[in-house]
Amino acid sequence: MKKSTSKNIRQMFGFLALRICLYLVLAVVLLFLYDIGRKGGGSISWAFLSQAPRRGMTEGGIFPAIFGTFIVTMITAVLSIPLGMCAAIYLNEYAKQTRLTRIIRLSIRNLSGVPSIVYGLFGVILFVNILHFGTSLLSAGLTLGLMTLPWTITASEEALKTIPNSYREGALALGATKWQSIRTNVLPYAVPGMLTGTVLGLARAAGETAPIMFTGAAFFLPMLPKSLEDQFMALPYHLYIMATQHHAILQVRPLAYGTALVLIVLVLGMNMTAVIIRYRLRRKQR
Amino acid sequence: MQKKRLANLKEAAIRAFFFTCGVLAILALVGIFVTLITTAFPAFKEINIGQFLSGKTWDPTSPEKAEYGILSMIVSTLLVTGGALAIAVPIGIGVAAYLSDVAHWRVREVVKPIVEILAAIPSVVIGFLGMVLFAPAISKIFHIGHGLTALNGSLLLAVMALPTIISISEDSLNAVPAAYSEASLALGASRWQTLVRVKVPAALSGIIAASMLGMGRAIGETMTVLMATGNSRTFPHLPQAFLESVRTMTANIAIELGEVPYYTTHYYALFAIGLVLFIMTFVVNLVADVVLNKYQEREQ
Repeated sequence: MKKSTSKNIRQMFGFLALRICLYLVLAVVLLFLYDIGRKGGGSISWAFLSQAPRRGMTEGGIFPAIFGTFIVTMITAVLSIPLGMCAAIYLNEYAKQTRLTRIIRLSIRNLSGVPSIVYGLFGVILFVNILHFGTSLLSAGLTLGLMTLPWTITASEEALKTIPNSYREGALALGATKWQSIRTNVLPYAVPGMLTGTVLGLARAAGETAPIMFTGAAFFLPMLPKSLEDQFMALPYHLYIMATQHHAILQVRPLAYGTALVLIVLVLGMNMTAVIIRYRLRRKQR
Repeated sequence: MQKKRLANLKEAAIRAFFFTCGVLAILALVGIFVTLITTAFPAFKEINIGQFLSGKTWDPTSPEKAEYGILSMIVSTLLVTGGALAIAVPIGIGVAAYLSDVAHWRVREVVKPIVEILAAIPSVVIGFLGMVLFAPAISKIFHIGHGLTALNGSLLLAVMALPTIISISEDSLNAVPAAYSEASLALGASRWQTLVRVKVPAALSGIIAASMLGMGRAIGETMTVLMATGNSRTFPHLPQAFLESVRTMTANIAIELGEVPYYTTHYYALFAIGLVLFIMTFVVNLVADVVLNKYQEREQ
Protein backbone atom coordinates (compact mmCIF):
# COMPACT_ATOMS: atom_id res chain seq x y z
CA MET A 1 0.00 0.00 0.00
CA LYS A 2 2.73 2.40 1.01
CA LYS A 3 4.70 1.61 -2.12
CA SER A 4 1.75 2.35 -4.33
CA THR A 5 1.24 5.83 -2.79
CA SER A 6 4.88 6.75 -3.44
CA LYS A 7 4.37 5.52 -6.99
CA ASN A 8 1.34 7.76 -7.31
CA ILE A 9 3.18 10.74 -5.91
CA ARG A 10 5.99 10.22 -8.34
CA GLN A 11 3.51 10.03 -11.18
CA MET A 12 1.87 13.24 -10.00
CA PHE A 13 5.17 15.12 -9.97
CA GLY A 14 6.19 13.60 -13.29
CA PHE A 15 3.03 14.70 -15.05
CA LEU A 16 3.33 18.10 -13.38
CA ALA A 17 6.83 18.49 -14.86
CA LEU A 18 5.50 17.65 -18.33
CA ARG A 19 2.69 20.15 -17.87
CA ILE A 20 5.22 22.84 -16.93
CA CYS A 21 7.14 22.14 -20.16
CA LEU A 22 3.93 22.68 -22.10
CA TYR A 23 3.07 25.91 -20.27
CA LEU A 24 6.59 27.21 -20.91
CA VAL A 25 6.26 26.71 -24.66
CA LEU A 26 2.78 28.25 -24.74
CA ALA A 27 4.02 31.19 -22.66
CA VAL A 28 6.80 31.89 -25.15
CA VAL A 29 4.42 31.85 -28.14
CA LEU A 30 1.92 34.12 -26.39
CA LEU A 31 4.67 36.47 -25.19
CA PHE A 32 6.00 36.79 -28.76
CA LEU A 33 2.61 37.45 -30.29
CA TYR A 34 1.54 39.80 -27.49
CA ASP A 35 4.71 41.89 -27.62
CA ILE A 36 4.62 42.32 -31.39
CA GLY A 37 0.88 42.89 -31.46
CA ARG A 38 0.92 45.53 -28.72
CA LYS A 39 4.01 47.49 -29.75
CA GLY A 40 3.58 46.98 -33.49
CA GLY A 41 -0.13 47.80 -33.46
CA GLY A 42 0.62 51.41 -32.54
CA SER A 43 2.56 52.05 -35.75
CA ILE A 44 0.01 50.52 -38.08
CA SER A 45 -2.00 53.03 -40.06
CA TRP A 46 -3.10 53.38 -43.64
CA ALA A 47 -0.19 55.75 -44.22
CA PHE A 48 2.27 53.20 -42.82
CA LEU A 49 0.99 50.54 -45.22
CA SER A 50 0.68 52.73 -48.30
CA GLN A 51 3.62 55.15 -48.19
CA ALA A 52 7.34 54.89 -48.83
CA PRO A 53 9.91 55.50 -46.06
CA ARG A 54 10.89 59.15 -45.66
CA ARG A 55 13.72 61.16 -44.07
CA GLY A 56 16.37 58.47 -44.00
CA MET A 57 13.77 55.83 -43.11
CA THR A 58 12.94 57.53 -39.80
CA GLU A 59 9.40 58.31 -40.95
CA GLY A 60 6.84 57.14 -43.45
CA GLY A 61 5.69 53.65 -44.30
CA ILE A 62 6.78 50.32 -45.69
CA PHE A 63 4.81 50.03 -48.92
CA PRO A 64 7.87 49.33 -51.13
CA ALA A 65 8.85 46.45 -48.83
CA ILE A 66 5.34 44.95 -48.94
CA PHE A 67 5.30 45.31 -52.71
CA GLY A 68 8.77 43.77 -53.09
CA THR A 69 7.95 40.79 -50.88
CA PHE A 70 4.72 40.24 -52.86
CA ILE A 71 6.51 40.24 -56.25
CA VAL A 72 9.45 38.10 -55.14
CA THR A 73 7.05 35.54 -53.64
CA MET A 74 5.19 35.43 -56.97
CA ILE A 75 8.45 34.65 -58.81
CA THR A 76 9.20 31.99 -56.20
CA ALA A 77 5.78 30.44 -56.84
CA VAL A 78 6.21 30.50 -60.62
CA LEU A 79 9.44 28.51 -60.38
CA SER A 80 8.64 26.27 -57.46
CA ILE A 81 5.01 25.21 -57.99
CA PRO A 82 5.15 23.72 -61.51
CA LEU A 83 8.55 22.10 -61.00
CA GLY A 84 7.59 20.75 -57.59
CA MET A 85 4.29 19.36 -58.84
CA CYS A 86 5.90 17.66 -61.85
CA ALA A 87 8.62 16.11 -59.69
CA ALA A 88 5.95 14.87 -57.28
CA ILE A 89 3.92 13.40 -60.17
CA TYR A 90 7.02 11.53 -61.31
CA LEU A 91 7.78 10.20 -57.82
CA ASN A 92 4.25 9.15 -56.96
CA GLU A 93 2.85 8.07 -60.34
CA TYR A 94 5.76 6.88 -62.47
CA ALA A 95 8.82 6.04 -60.37
CA LYS A 96 9.49 2.44 -59.42
CA GLN A 97 11.48 1.45 -56.33
CA THR A 98 14.89 1.73 -57.95
CA ARG A 99 18.18 2.98 -56.67
CA LEU A 100 17.75 6.18 -58.69
CA THR A 101 14.38 6.86 -57.08
CA ARG A 102 15.90 6.40 -53.64
CA ILE A 103 18.67 8.85 -54.53
CA ILE A 104 16.10 11.40 -55.74
CA ARG A 105 14.20 11.09 -52.46
CA LEU A 106 17.40 11.34 -50.43
CA SER A 107 18.38 14.48 -52.39
CA ILE A 108 15.02 16.09 -51.69
CA ARG A 109 15.31 15.42 -47.97
CA ASN A 110 18.84 16.80 -47.90
CA LEU A 111 17.90 19.86 -49.96
CA SER A 112 15.36 20.76 -47.32
CA GLY A 113 18.15 20.66 -44.73
CA VAL A 114 20.56 22.95 -46.61
CA PRO A 115 20.96 26.21 -44.64
CA SER A 116 19.18 29.18 -46.19
CA ILE A 117 22.38 31.23 -46.35
CA VAL A 118 23.98 28.48 -48.45
CA TYR A 119 21.10 28.90 -50.92
CA GLY A 120 22.04 32.58 -50.86
CA LEU A 121 25.66 31.78 -51.74
CA PHE A 122 24.49 29.47 -54.53
CA GLY A 123 22.18 32.19 -55.86
CA VAL A 124 25.03 34.70 -55.93
CA ILE A 125 27.14 32.39 -58.09
CA LEU A 126 24.49 30.88 -60.39
CA PHE A 127 21.88 33.60 -60.88
CA VAL A 128 23.77 36.83 -60.13
CA ASN A 129 27.13 35.95 -61.73
CA ILE A 130 26.92 33.03 -64.17
CA LEU A 131 23.48 33.81 -65.63
CA HIS A 132 24.11 37.60 -65.37
CA PHE A 133 20.77 38.39 -63.76
CA GLY A 134 22.63 40.69 -61.36
CA THR A 135 21.27 41.51 -57.92
CA SER A 136 17.64 41.64 -58.90
CA LEU A 137 14.08 40.52 -58.21
CA LEU A 138 14.66 37.65 -60.62
CA SER A 139 17.80 36.33 -58.90
CA ALA A 140 16.23 36.56 -55.45
CA GLY A 141 12.98 34.95 -56.60
CA LEU A 142 14.78 32.07 -58.30
CA THR A 143 16.97 31.52 -55.22
CA LEU A 144 13.88 31.35 -53.02
CA GLY A 145 12.17 29.14 -55.61
CA LEU A 146 15.00 26.64 -55.43
CA MET A 147 14.90 26.70 -51.64
CA THR A 148 11.15 25.99 -51.53
CA LEU A 149 11.36 23.24 -54.19
CA PRO A 150 11.88 20.33 -51.73
CA TRP A 151 8.93 21.52 -49.59
CA THR A 152 6.71 21.84 -52.68
CA ILE A 153 7.63 18.34 -53.86
CA THR A 154 6.95 16.77 -50.46
CA ALA A 155 3.62 18.60 -50.04
CA SER A 156 2.49 17.74 -53.57
CA GLU A 157 3.37 14.09 -53.12
CA GLU A 158 1.37 13.96 -49.89
CA ALA A 159 -1.64 15.26 -51.84
CA LEU A 160 -1.16 12.66 -54.60
CA LYS A 161 -0.94 9.89 -52.02
CA THR A 162 -4.44 10.67 -50.76
CA ILE A 163 -5.98 9.78 -54.16
CA PRO A 164 -7.13 6.13 -53.99
CA ASN A 165 -5.61 3.71 -56.48
CA SER A 166 -9.04 2.71 -57.71
CA TYR A 167 -9.34 6.12 -59.43
CA ARG A 168 -6.26 5.37 -61.52
CA GLU A 169 -7.25 1.77 -62.19
CA GLY A 170 -10.72 2.82 -63.29
CA ALA A 171 -9.32 4.93 -66.08
CA LEU A 172 -6.69 2.38 -67.07
CA ALA A 173 -9.30 -0.37 -67.26
CA LEU A 174 -11.29 1.70 -69.75
CA GLY A 175 -8.23 1.78 -72.01
CA ALA A 176 -6.85 5.17 -71.02
CA THR A 177 -3.11 5.65 -71.20
CA LYS A 178 -1.13 6.37 -68.07
CA TRP A 179 -1.07 10.10 -68.70
CA GLN A 180 -4.79 10.19 -69.54
CA SER A 181 -5.56 8.47 -66.25
CA ILE A 182 -3.39 10.93 -64.33
CA ARG A 183 -4.83 13.92 -66.14
CA THR A 184 -8.49 13.03 -65.83
CA ASN A 185 -8.69 10.93 -62.67
CA VAL A 186 -5.83 12.01 -60.41
CA LEU A 187 -4.86 15.65 -60.94
CA PRO A 188 -8.34 17.23 -60.71
CA TYR A 189 -8.68 15.78 -57.22
CA ALA A 190 -5.08 16.30 -56.12
CA VAL A 191 -4.33 19.83 -57.36
CA PRO A 192 -6.21 21.72 -54.61
CA GLY A 193 -4.35 19.73 -51.95
CA MET A 194 -1.06 20.28 -53.78
CA LEU A 195 -1.66 24.02 -53.86
CA THR A 196 -2.48 24.34 -50.17
CA GLY A 197 0.71 22.49 -49.23
CA THR A 198 2.62 24.76 -51.54
CA VAL A 199 1.20 27.92 -49.98
CA LEU A 200 2.70 26.84 -46.64
CA GLY A 201 6.12 26.68 -48.33
CA LEU A 202 5.60 30.07 -49.96
CA ALA A 203 4.72 31.59 -46.58
CA ARG A 204 8.07 30.42 -45.28
CA ALA A 205 9.83 31.81 -48.35
CA ALA A 206 8.14 35.19 -47.88
CA GLY A 207 9.67 35.45 -44.41
CA GLU A 208 13.21 34.43 -45.40
CA THR A 209 16.01 36.96 -45.31
CA ALA A 210 19.35 35.19 -45.75
CA PRO A 211 18.77 33.98 -49.35
CA ILE A 212 17.77 37.43 -50.65
CA MET A 213 20.31 39.56 -48.79
CA PHE A 214 22.94 39.21 -51.50
CA THR A 215 20.81 38.31 -54.50
CA GLY A 216 18.56 41.34 -54.80
CA ALA A 217 17.14 42.89 -51.64
CA ALA A 218 18.14 46.53 -51.15
CA PHE A 219 18.65 48.69 -48.06
CA PHE A 220 16.54 51.54 -49.43
CA LEU A 221 15.23 52.45 -52.87
CA PRO A 222 13.64 55.77 -53.81
CA MET A 223 11.20 54.07 -56.20
CA LEU A 224 9.46 50.79 -56.82
CA PRO A 225 11.16 48.19 -59.05
CA LYS A 226 10.08 48.61 -62.67
CA SER A 227 11.36 45.34 -64.10
CA LEU A 228 12.53 41.94 -62.92
CA GLU A 229 16.11 43.15 -63.26
CA ASP A 230 15.71 45.85 -60.61
CA GLN A 231 16.60 45.52 -56.97
CA PHE A 232 13.78 45.60 -54.46
CA MET A 233 12.94 46.22 -50.81
CA ALA A 234 11.55 43.27 -48.84
CA LEU A 235 9.75 43.06 -45.49
CA PRO A 236 12.11 40.64 -43.71
CA TYR A 237 15.23 42.46 -44.90
CA HIS A 238 13.66 45.81 -44.01
CA LEU A 239 13.03 44.52 -40.47
CA TYR A 240 16.66 43.41 -40.22
CA ILE A 241 17.86 46.85 -41.37
CA MET A 242 15.52 48.74 -39.04
CA ALA A 243 16.50 46.54 -36.09
CA THR A 244 20.26 46.47 -36.48
CA GLN A 245 21.69 48.60 -39.31
CA HIS A 246 19.84 51.91 -39.07
CA HIS A 247 21.76 54.96 -37.86
CA ALA A 248 19.09 55.75 -35.24
CA ILE A 249 18.00 52.31 -34.09
CA LEU A 250 16.11 53.34 -30.97
CA GLN A 251 14.28 56.14 -32.74
CA VAL A 252 12.96 53.79 -35.44
CA ARG A 253 12.10 50.94 -33.08
CA PRO A 254 8.32 51.56 -33.45
CA LEU A 255 8.72 51.29 -37.22
CA ALA A 256 10.64 48.01 -36.75
CA TYR A 257 7.82 46.68 -34.56
CA GLY A 258 5.28 47.72 -37.17
CA THR A 259 7.25 45.94 -39.89
CA ALA A 260 7.49 42.80 -37.74
CA LEU A 261 3.73 42.86 -37.17
CA VAL A 262 2.95 43.22 -40.89
CA LEU A 263 5.37 40.38 -41.70
CA ILE A 264 3.88 38.07 -39.07
CA VAL A 265 0.31 38.84 -40.13
CA LEU A 266 1.26 38.16 -43.76
CA VAL A 267 2.99 34.84 -43.02
CA LEU A 268 0.42 33.57 -40.51
CA GLY A 269 -2.35 34.75 -42.82
CA MET A 270 -0.97 32.64 -45.67
CA ASN A 271 -0.65 29.68 -43.29
CA MET A 272 -4.18 30.12 -42.01
CA THR A 273 -5.61 30.33 -45.53
CA ALA A 274 -3.88 27.09 -46.48
CA VAL A 275 -5.02 25.31 -43.33
CA ILE A 276 -8.64 26.44 -43.75
CA ILE A 277 -8.74 25.37 -47.40
CA ARG A 278 -7.24 22.01 -46.48
CA TYR A 279 -9.80 21.54 -43.70
CA ARG A 280 -12.65 22.29 -46.12
CA LEU A 281 -11.18 19.90 -48.68
CA ARG A 282 -10.95 17.07 -46.20
CA ARG A 283 -14.56 17.55 -45.21
CA LYS A 284 -15.62 17.59 -48.84
CA GLN A 285 -13.65 14.42 -49.60
CA ARG A 286 -15.48 12.57 -46.85
CA MET B 1 -1.35 1.20 -86.03
CA GLN B 2 0.34 4.47 -86.79
CA LYS B 3 -1.94 6.20 -84.31
CA LYS B 4 -1.07 3.72 -81.57
CA ARG B 5 2.62 4.27 -82.13
CA LEU B 6 2.14 8.02 -81.95
CA ALA B 7 0.24 7.65 -78.69
CA ASN B 8 3.02 5.52 -77.23
CA LEU B 9 5.57 8.10 -78.27
CA LYS B 10 3.55 10.82 -76.60
CA GLU B 11 3.32 8.76 -73.39
CA ALA B 12 7.08 8.21 -73.38
CA ALA B 13 7.72 11.92 -73.92
CA ILE B 14 5.43 12.85 -71.04
CA ARG B 15 7.10 10.32 -68.79
CA ALA B 16 10.52 11.68 -69.77
CA PHE B 17 9.36 15.21 -68.93
CA PHE B 18 8.25 14.27 -65.41
CA PHE B 19 11.40 12.21 -64.95
CA THR B 20 13.51 15.28 -65.77
CA CYS B 21 11.69 17.28 -63.11
CA GLY B 22 12.39 14.53 -60.57
CA VAL B 23 16.06 14.29 -61.45
CA LEU B 24 16.32 18.06 -61.03
CA ALA B 25 16.39 17.49 -57.26
CA ILE B 26 19.63 15.53 -57.56
CA LEU B 27 21.02 18.15 -59.94
CA ALA B 28 20.18 20.95 -57.50
CA LEU B 29 21.91 19.25 -54.59
CA VAL B 30 24.98 18.32 -56.63
CA GLY B 31 24.93 21.80 -58.20
CA ILE B 32 25.06 23.49 -54.81
CA PHE B 33 27.90 21.25 -53.69
CA VAL B 34 29.94 21.73 -56.89
CA THR B 35 29.37 25.50 -56.87
CA LEU B 36 30.61 25.77 -53.30
CA ILE B 37 33.67 23.62 -53.99
CA THR B 38 34.71 25.42 -57.17
CA THR B 39 34.19 28.87 -55.64
CA ALA B 40 35.94 27.93 -52.40
CA PHE B 41 38.86 26.28 -54.17
CA PRO B 42 40.84 29.42 -55.20
CA ALA B 43 40.96 30.45 -51.52
CA PHE B 44 43.31 27.56 -50.80
CA LYS B 45 45.94 28.83 -53.20
CA GLU B 46 46.79 31.35 -50.48
CA ILE B 47 45.42 29.75 -47.35
CA ASN B 48 46.69 26.51 -45.86
CA ILE B 49 43.63 24.30 -45.40
CA GLY B 50 44.85 23.06 -42.00
CA GLN B 51 45.31 26.61 -40.77
CA PHE B 52 41.91 27.53 -42.18
CA LEU B 53 40.20 24.89 -40.05
CA SER B 54 42.36 25.15 -36.93
CA GLY B 55 43.34 28.83 -36.86
CA LYS B 56 41.75 30.84 -34.08
CA THR B 57 42.06 34.26 -35.72
CA TRP B 58 39.87 35.54 -38.53
CA ASP B 59 41.20 38.87 -39.72
CA PRO B 60 41.07 38.98 -43.52
CA THR B 61 41.32 42.77 -43.77
CA SER B 62 44.41 43.19 -41.61
CA PRO B 63 46.90 45.52 -43.35
CA GLU B 64 49.97 43.58 -42.13
CA LYS B 65 49.03 39.93 -42.40
CA ALA B 66 45.58 38.65 -43.28
CA GLU B 67 44.54 35.64 -41.21
CA TYR B 68 41.90 33.13 -42.16
CA GLY B 69 41.21 30.83 -39.21
CA ILE B 70 37.60 29.74 -38.72
CA LEU B 71 37.96 27.62 -35.57
CA SER B 72 36.43 30.32 -33.35
CA MET B 73 33.36 30.41 -35.61
CA ILE B 74 33.03 26.62 -35.69
CA VAL B 75 33.26 26.52 -31.88
CA SER B 76 30.77 29.39 -31.60
CA THR B 77 28.32 27.60 -33.89
CA LEU B 78 28.65 24.37 -31.90
CA LEU B 79 28.36 26.26 -28.61
CA VAL B 80 25.15 28.05 -29.57
CA THR B 81 23.71 24.87 -31.11
CA GLY B 82 24.67 22.73 -28.12
CA GLY B 83 23.06 25.20 -25.74
CA ALA B 84 19.92 25.24 -27.87
CA LEU B 85 19.65 21.44 -27.83
CA ALA B 86 20.26 21.27 -24.08
CA ILE B 87 17.19 23.48 -23.65
CA ALA B 88 14.97 22.26 -26.49
CA VAL B 89 15.39 18.47 -26.26
CA PRO B 90 14.17 17.94 -22.66
CA ILE B 91 11.35 20.48 -23.00
CA GLY B 92 10.39 19.15 -26.43
CA ILE B 93 10.23 15.56 -25.21
CA GLY B 94 8.26 16.73 -22.17
CA VAL B 95 5.66 18.48 -24.31
CA ALA B 96 5.49 15.54 -26.74
CA ALA B 97 5.01 13.09 -23.86
CA TYR B 98 2.34 15.30 -22.31
CA LEU B 99 0.46 15.57 -25.61
CA SER B 100 0.65 11.86 -26.41
CA ASP B 101 0.07 10.40 -22.93
CA VAL B 102 -1.55 12.86 -20.56
CA ALA B 103 -3.46 15.55 -22.41
CA HIS B 104 -7.15 15.36 -23.21
CA TRP B 105 -7.70 15.35 -26.98
CA ARG B 106 -9.32 18.78 -26.75
CA VAL B 107 -6.11 20.19 -25.21
CA ARG B 108 -4.15 18.62 -28.04
CA GLU B 109 -6.42 20.24 -30.64
CA VAL B 110 -5.69 23.65 -29.10
CA VAL B 111 -1.97 23.20 -28.43
CA LYS B 112 -0.92 21.79 -31.80
CA PRO B 113 -1.91 24.84 -33.89
CA ILE B 114 -0.16 27.09 -31.35
CA VAL B 115 3.05 25.10 -31.73
CA GLU B 116 2.62 25.37 -35.51
CA ILE B 117 2.39 29.15 -35.20
CA LEU B 118 5.80 29.04 -33.54
CA ALA B 119 7.18 27.10 -36.52
CA ALA B 120 5.77 29.68 -38.92
CA ILE B 121 7.32 32.80 -37.34
CA PRO B 122 10.13 34.02 -39.65
CA SER B 123 13.64 33.78 -38.21
CA VAL B 124 14.25 37.50 -38.62
CA VAL B 125 11.28 38.16 -36.31
CA ILE B 126 12.62 35.68 -33.76
CA GLY B 127 15.99 37.45 -33.92
CA PHE B 128 14.28 40.81 -33.43
CA LEU B 129 12.37 39.51 -30.40
CA GLY B 130 15.66 38.16 -29.04
CA MET B 131 17.13 41.65 -29.26
CA VAL B 132 14.21 43.46 -27.65
CA LEU B 133 12.89 40.86 -25.18
CA PHE B 134 15.48 38.22 -24.24
CA ALA B 135 18.71 40.24 -24.41
CA PRO B 136 17.65 42.94 -21.89
CA ALA B 137 16.42 40.21 -19.53
CA ILE B 138 19.74 38.34 -19.79
CA SER B 139 21.74 41.50 -19.16
CA LYS B 140 19.66 42.23 -16.06
CA ILE B 141 19.76 38.70 -14.62
CA PHE B 142 23.51 38.16 -15.07
CA HIS B 143 24.56 41.80 -14.50
CA ILE B 144 26.39 42.15 -17.81
CA GLY B 145 26.60 45.19 -20.06
CA HIS B 146 24.45 43.79 -22.87
CA GLY B 147 22.55 40.57 -23.43
CA LEU B 148 23.63 39.88 -27.00
CA THR B 149 25.38 36.66 -26.03
CA ALA B 150 25.69 33.00 -26.97
CA LEU B 151 23.06 32.21 -24.32
CA ASN B 152 20.61 34.53 -26.07
CA GLY B 153 21.25 32.72 -29.36
CA SER B 154 20.80 29.33 -27.68
CA LEU B 155 17.46 30.33 -26.18
CA LEU B 156 16.13 31.58 -29.51
CA LEU B 157 17.39 28.59 -31.49
CA ALA B 158 15.81 26.34 -28.85
CA VAL B 159 12.49 28.09 -29.47
CA MET B 160 12.93 27.53 -33.22
CA ALA B 161 13.89 23.86 -32.84
CA LEU B 162 10.99 23.06 -30.49
CA PRO B 163 8.21 22.61 -33.09
CA THR B 164 10.27 20.01 -35.02
CA ILE B 165 11.29 18.15 -31.88
CA ILE B 166 7.76 18.18 -30.45
CA SER B 167 5.97 16.98 -33.57
CA ILE B 168 8.37 14.19 -34.56
CA SER B 169 8.79 12.97 -30.95
CA GLU B 170 5.02 12.92 -30.51
CA ASP B 171 4.59 10.94 -33.73
CA SER B 172 7.15 8.38 -32.62
CA LEU B 173 5.61 8.10 -29.13
CA ASN B 174 2.21 7.53 -30.73
CA ALA B 175 3.73 4.89 -33.00
CA VAL B 176 4.82 2.71 -30.05
CA PRO B 177 2.52 -0.35 -30.24
CA ALA B 178 -0.28 -0.23 -27.64
CA ALA B 179 0.67 -3.78 -26.56
CA TYR B 180 3.92 -2.43 -25.04
CA SER B 181 2.20 -0.06 -22.64
CA GLU B 182 -0.67 -2.46 -21.99
CA ALA B 183 1.81 -5.12 -20.92
CA SER B 184 3.59 -2.65 -18.66
CA LEU B 185 0.35 -1.43 -17.07
CA ALA B 186 -0.85 -5.03 -16.58
CA LEU B 187 2.32 -5.76 -14.63
CA GLY B 188 1.32 -3.04 -12.17
CA ALA B 189 3.46 -0.18 -13.41
CA SER B 190 1.99 3.29 -13.14
CA ARG B 191 1.32 5.38 -16.26
CA TRP B 192 4.38 7.49 -15.43
CA GLN B 193 6.61 4.41 -15.09
CA THR B 194 5.23 3.05 -18.35
CA LEU B 195 5.96 6.35 -20.08
CA VAL B 196 9.51 6.71 -18.78
CA ARG B 197 10.68 3.09 -18.87
CA VAL B 198 8.72 1.62 -21.77
CA LYS B 199 7.38 4.19 -24.20
CA VAL B 200 10.23 6.71 -24.30
CA PRO B 201 12.91 4.00 -24.76
CA ALA B 202 10.79 2.38 -27.50
CA ALA B 203 10.45 5.73 -29.29
CA LEU B 204 14.06 6.71 -28.75
CA SER B 205 15.21 6.49 -32.37
CA GLY B 206 12.45 8.87 -33.46
CA ILE B 207 13.32 11.24 -30.64
CA ILE B 208 17.00 11.16 -31.58
CA ALA B 209 16.17 11.80 -35.24
CA ALA B 210 13.98 14.74 -34.20
CA SER B 211 16.82 16.21 -32.16
CA MET B 212 19.25 15.77 -35.05
CA LEU B 213 16.89 17.57 -37.43
CA GLY B 214 16.55 20.37 -34.88
CA MET B 215 20.34 20.46 -34.63
CA GLY B 216 20.76 20.73 -38.42
CA ARG B 217 18.37 23.63 -38.46
CA ALA B 218 20.15 25.36 -35.57
CA ILE B 219 23.60 25.03 -37.18
CA GLY B 220 22.37 26.59 -40.41
CA GLU B 221 20.23 29.33 -38.92
CA THR B 222 21.48 32.77 -39.92
CA MET B 223 19.28 35.75 -39.09
CA THR B 224 18.52 34.82 -35.49
CA VAL B 225 22.15 34.43 -34.44
CA LEU B 226 23.23 37.36 -36.58
CA MET B 227 20.84 39.68 -34.75
CA ALA B 228 21.00 38.22 -31.26
CA THR B 229 24.52 37.04 -30.42
CA GLY B 230 26.57 40.23 -30.78
CA ASN B 231 29.00 38.90 -33.43
CA SER B 232 32.30 39.61 -31.66
CA ARG B 233 35.25 37.76 -33.17
CA THR B 234 36.85 36.61 -29.93
CA PHE B 235 37.49 32.93 -29.32
CA PRO B 236 34.83 31.49 -26.99
CA HIS B 237 36.11 29.78 -23.83
CA LEU B 238 33.79 27.67 -21.70
CA PRO B 239 31.99 28.16 -19.41
CA GLN B 240 31.82 31.96 -19.42
CA ALA B 241 31.45 31.96 -23.22
CA PHE B 242 27.68 31.61 -22.88
CA LEU B 243 27.61 35.10 -21.41
CA GLU B 244 29.89 36.53 -24.07
CA SER B 245 29.22 37.70 -27.55
CA VAL B 246 30.08 35.17 -30.28
CA ARG B 247 30.14 35.09 -34.07
CA THR B 248 28.91 31.93 -35.80
CA MET B 249 29.85 30.75 -39.29
CA THR B 250 26.50 31.79 -40.76
CA ALA B 251 26.65 35.24 -39.15
CA ASN B 252 30.16 35.80 -40.48
CA ILE B 253 29.09 35.04 -44.05
CA ALA B 254 26.08 37.34 -43.70
CA ILE B 255 28.17 40.20 -42.27
CA GLU B 256 31.08 40.08 -44.69
CA LEU B 257 29.65 38.93 -48.03
CA GLY B 258 27.98 42.30 -48.58
CA GLU B 259 31.20 44.26 -48.16
CA VAL B 260 33.87 42.04 -49.64
CA PRO B 261 35.28 42.83 -53.12
CA TYR B 262 34.43 40.07 -55.61
CA TYR B 263 37.05 37.49 -56.60
CA THR B 264 39.49 38.15 -53.75
CA THR B 265 40.87 35.52 -51.38
CA HIS B 266 38.54 36.88 -48.72
CA TYR B 267 35.54 36.39 -51.06
CA TYR B 268 36.54 32.82 -51.85
CA ALA B 269 37.19 32.12 -48.15
CA LEU B 270 33.59 33.07 -47.34
CA PHE B 271 32.42 30.40 -49.77
CA ALA B 272 34.82 27.97 -48.08
CA ILE B 273 32.98 28.69 -44.80
CA GLY B 274 29.74 28.00 -46.68
CA LEU B 275 31.20 24.68 -47.83
CA VAL B 276 32.12 23.68 -44.25
CA LEU B 277 28.60 24.66 -43.17
CA PHE B 278 27.04 22.65 -45.99
CA ILE B 279 29.07 19.55 -45.09
CA MET B 280 28.22 19.84 -41.38
CA THR B 281 24.47 20.14 -41.94
CA PHE B 282 24.57 17.45 -44.64
CA VAL B 283 26.15 14.94 -42.25
CA VAL B 284 23.76 15.80 -39.42
CA ASN B 285 20.71 15.47 -41.69
CA LEU B 286 22.00 12.23 -43.19
CA VAL B 287 22.42 10.69 -39.73
CA ALA B 288 18.90 11.84 -38.78
CA ASP B 289 17.62 10.28 -42.00
CA VAL B 290 19.29 6.93 -41.34
CA VAL B 291 18.00 6.80 -37.74
CA LEU B 292 14.48 7.74 -38.82
CA ASN B 293 14.44 5.15 -41.62
CA LYS B 294 15.58 2.45 -39.26
CA TYR B 295 12.75 3.21 -36.92
CA GLN B 296 10.19 3.31 -39.70
CA GLU B 297 11.40 -0.04 -41.04
CA ARG B 298 11.02 -1.57 -37.61
CA GLU B 299 7.49 -0.23 -37.34
CA GLN B 300 6.45 -1.91 -40.57
